[in-house]
Amino acid sequence: MIFLWGNGLVTIVILALIIGYVLVKGLPAMSLEFIFTSPKGVTQSGGIFPTIIASIYVTGLSILIGAPVAVGAAIYLSEYTKEGRITQIIRFGADALAGVPSIVLGLFGLSLFVYILGLGWSMLSGALTLILMILPIIMRTTEDALQAVPNAWRQGSVGLGATKWQTIRKVVLPAATPRIMTGIVLGVGRVFGETAAVMFTAGLAINIPFLPNEPGRTMTSHLYLLATEGTSMRTAYGTALLLMGIILIFNLGARRLFGGSKVRR
Amino acid sequence: MASENKFEIKDLDFYYSDFEALEAITVNIRKNTITAFIGPSGCGKSTFLRTLNRMNDLIEGAKVEGSVTLDGTDIYTADTDVVDLRRRVGMIFQQPNPFPLSIYENVAYGPRIHGIKNKAKLDEIVERSLTNAALWKEVKDKLNQPGTDLSGGQQQRLCISRVLAVNPEVLLMDEPCSAIDPTSTQKIEDLMDQLKENFTIVIVTHNMQQAARVSEYTAFFLAEDTNKPAHLIEYDLTDVIFTNPSDKRTENYITGRFG
Repeated sequence: MIFLWGNGLVTIVILALIIGYVLVKGLPAMSLEFIFTSPKGVTQSGGIFPTIIASIYVTGLSILIGAPVAVGAAIYLSEYTKEGRITQIIRFGADALAGVPSIVLGLFGLSLFVYILGLGWSMLSGALTLILMILPIIMRTTEDALQAVPNAWRQGSVGLGATKWQTIRKVVLPAATPRIMTGIVLGVGRVFGETAAVMFTAGLAINIPFLPNEPGRTMTSHLYLLATEGTSMRTAYGTALLLMGIILIFNLGARRLFGGSKVRR
Repeated sequence: MASENKFEIKDLDFYYSDFEALEAITVNIRKNTITAFIGPSGCGKSTFLRTLNRMNDLIEGAKVEGSVTLDGTDIYTADTDVVDLRRRVGMIFQQPNPFPLSIYENVAYGPRIHGIKNKAKLDEIVERSLTNAALWKEVKDKLNQPGTDLSGGQQQRLCISRVLAVNPEVLLMDEPCSAIDPTSTQKIEDLMDQLKENFTIVIVTHNMQQAARVSEYTAFFLAEDTNKPAHLIEYDLTDVIFTNPSDKRTENYITGRFG
């Protein structure tokens, strides 16, 4: 009993250590200038504003395109097909996709999107690659959300003369939405902190992207470069701190908006 | 032939994939009456009930042979409007299943589905349906509260008003009171008596006293074995079934020799 409690304590301690360490080393770099201006010159002094934009842009784009596709696929699998060979194969494929290392996805995205499809290093290439990553996650959580909706409601709706699509739109989806949103929020968190997949596809150019065909360096790629160079560790930790901060704020905001869906029964 | 029959079923065979659940069912359901389906568990009463509004279509591998006609028209043709069929032939389930919506929205669900958008009209339909289900007085001040906040008996009456809101002709009730307390059951039975003036009602029930109390006609179903299809053993006026059945098996069931 004490052993289990001790394990829980260890987890919290480690988390506190990580956060504390990044906080201590990164706080000195924090300033309004850091957040809102671009890097200056070779020494990388100045701010990391373009990377913040690039991270948000590529994450937003991947969710904007990827979430509806994943949710749609899950609705189709869960509500319109009957359980059989085909659905099992699709699910297996999605699970396998989830297991592919992100760097492999990055290489794949480089070949397919950047080179073969000619999209070049761009927000779009990055987003498309990230979609490959989050598709299985959102599909799985959406399917679980849909299957958690009691069948009695579907029967009640159909019994009143509703079509299948009306039933899904007016009863099933609204009931499943909190859990579906949780899955999407999970996807966002995953994608925002992703490095390998975007490094090879969104490029490393310091640029504030406007159109999706423009390249951009995400915060994570920036962090990687700074850390490997080793000359601007203060900036690196500042970037890391800001990265974690943004994810934290996003998670808190999402929780406020979509509620503790695990509690809702 | 000015038919007094709402449904005419001839030689109905029903299969769940390879398993034949119902065999050679032939019976007529009369208009504006209450017909009870009785018989032991698992003898196909609910399955047969669901063939009347094609709810079995939702089940994988469900197959129907024979004919089922509603007001003289076969309902199992390729161009049957199943959506409209289910509007005309409504269903109340054993477990009350109100949607996770307000009481108002639960009742308004059906009319909205069928295209009614005008708020005043919807208000009127909701009030009328709740009144006809003997629920209006109890909920008129809390129409915006969730339907699931109501008691079991009230929820079932909510489900009845939900069905009434789409203007059906038939009410199919699948053991509607088995999950409800006796007081609410009484209310629902009284309700059925009022409703039969305007609707044709078919009720599946395990409770023989209920069947005797409530219905004018009774059909007794039986499967000889769990692996064999169920048959319609006897169909007659309720009074006859319960006081002077023709078939020995009916008599055995009525007198409780088996359940």
